[in-house]
Amino acid sequence: MTEKDITAEEFQEAPPRVNEWRRFLRVFLQRKIVIFGLIVLFLLVFSAIFANLLAPYDPFRGILADSLEAPSGKYLLGTDIQGRDTLSRLIFGTRTALMVGFVTVGIAGVVGVTLGLIAGYFGGIPSMIIMRIMDALMGFPMLILAMLFAAVLGGGIQNVVIALSIATVPGYARVMNGLTMSIKENDYIMAEQAMGSSNSRVMLRHVLPNAVPPMIVLVTLQLGGIIMAEAALSFLGIGIKPPGAAWGAMVNDGYRYLSSNPTLSFAPGIAIMLVVFAFNMVGDGLRDALDPRLRGIL
Amino acid sequence: MTTYIIRRLIIALIILIIVSLIVFFAIRLLPGDPLIIFLGQQATQGGISQAELEHLRELYGLNDPIMVQYGNWFWGILHGDLGTSLYYHEDVGVLMGDRFPLTLHLGALAFIINIVVGVLMGVAAAIRRGTWIDSVTTTLANIGVCIPVFWLAILMIYLFGLKLSWLPIAGYTSPFKDFWLNTQQIVMPVFCMAITMMATTARLSRSSMLEVTRQDYIRTAWSKGLRERNIIMRHALKNGLIPVITLLGIGLGMVFAGSVFVETIFAIPGVGRLLVTSIFAQDYVVIQSGTLVIATIIILSNLLVDISYGWLDPRIRYG
Repeated sequence: MTEKDITAEEFQEAPPRVNEWRRFLRVFLQRKIVIFGLIVLFLLVFSAIFANLLAPYDPFRGILADSLEAPSGKYLLGTDIQGRDTLSRLIFGTRTALMVGFVTVGIAGVVGVTLGLIAGYFGGIPSMIIMRIMDALMGFPMLILAMLFAAVLGGGIQNVVIALSIATVPGYARVMNGLTMSIKENDYIMAEQAMGSSNSRVMLRHVLPNAVPPMIVLVTLQLGGIIMAEAALSFLGIGIKPPGAAWGAMVNDGYRYLSSNPTLSFAPGIAIMLVVFAFNMVGDGLRDALDPRLRGIL
Repeated sequence: MTTYIIRRLIIALIILIIVSLIVFFAIRLLPGDPLIIFLGQQATQGGISQAELEHLRELYGLNDPIMVQYGNWFWGILHGDLGTSLYYHEDVGVLMGDRFPLTLHLGALAFIINIVVGVLMGVAAAIRRGTWIDSVTTTLANIGVCIPVFWLAILMIYLFGLKLSWLPIAGYTSPFKDFWLNTQQIVMPVFCMAITMMATTARLSRSSMLEVTRQDYIRTAWSKGLRERNIIMRHALKNGLIPVITLLGIGLGMVFAGSVFVETIFAIPGVGRLLVTSIFAQDYVVIQSGTLVIATIIILSNLLVDISYGWLDPRIRYG
């Protein structure tokens, strides 16, 4: 037997190569509800991008003569007191919701991951300081903390994003801190350190990439919560200011005409539910596909 | 165990101090002079001279360095002085004391319903995994966490208040004055407050029970020929429900957050509504002390949860 034959034999005994990407897709798309969530998200992003083309009417300027119309062929979901088409406002509301969601997650994610990475990697005093501040922020119910900052900063889309970022940073920091501490224990980290790599290199090249899958899951699951919180702030009147189209504010506006025009309140609420549901389901699916061990943790 | 408790206590104390700093400095970000806001009506009604303003500024300590102001405020809080509301012109302690029992009443009921229904659903789904019970529970729980509380409240008002006229749509009467009316009034608020919690509890107890029923000692119990009821009640539940304790802490936060909406919509004069009114009245004293009180309650109850957790599951303490 030649040497070549042995290697061929060994090669055959090696486990079959599984395409990682294909395996991911198979697990991810296994559950119908995840596919449903994906479709909803796709439609939402689509209507947010093409809101101008999709909306049948101007969402900000209504026709006063058509004020408080019931749902009909002309206005599929009716109109509000200013004669603005509810469907058009819903479609434009997608923009607000998704923008607040993605920007908040971006800011809070970057800040939270950085803080958690530093705290988890160095331990000791930096960890003590960072994590105690995060614990303090987590002492508030997320919504009440966001309310506090939104009230202080004074509403508007920019301030809502800031308030929600402050309220969600501790979640990312805490998870990242835990992840970093466990990744740090691996031999390859020790090997890298022994080779004389700088701390920042180890952190960015080795710890961070290994924390990406769980963070993607966390971000997706959090998006729903953030959109819900934005709706809640806008409902209270300390979020997105009129005439901006925000679903939460629409629920509140419609509340006054509940007995005559219930769709005004009902429709935006269903939109909020759908978005949150879709993000939660896609998040669950991602978790199962990327890292099933996270079940029950995230 | 003692060292564990002491360590937790010290950490909780540090966190509380940071919380007070966050609240205090967040309020100082408020655009505008708190004194002008305070004097709002008087100032518009006419003359307050610059000298008087200066005098008041001195009186309220607004000329002191910020750390001194913080120190004075914190010192007052330690002595039970939460400050005087700018809007109600009343002591914040008294204001909150009047409203707290209402929030507690709703919150406690919602919490009990949440624990009973949520745990039952979660456990049933776990021990009947893969059956219709499991899918119904999981679906309900998945929908439950997505429902905006304020929207559900409006939906219920529409259905049970306006269309069916079964329940009053707003208000709160003391249960000692008219128990039946009170019960009717709180049905919807309590349900709205409980819904998100219930869904969370069901999900958590389901996954925790699934985890436990996979353990070796449960298999041993099965192979001993024990009946299912015994295995679940005597062996699985004890360990399976430990993580549910953490919900005591989370639930409290949900109660306060929920009270903000439920009390606003159903016109119940509780702590949540007080916070919202104060935000609109720019009553920074109430916002400041109110959020501090809420955070303190939550942090202290989380401390209790952590300690009882460490006591119930000794592995935690060494973790």
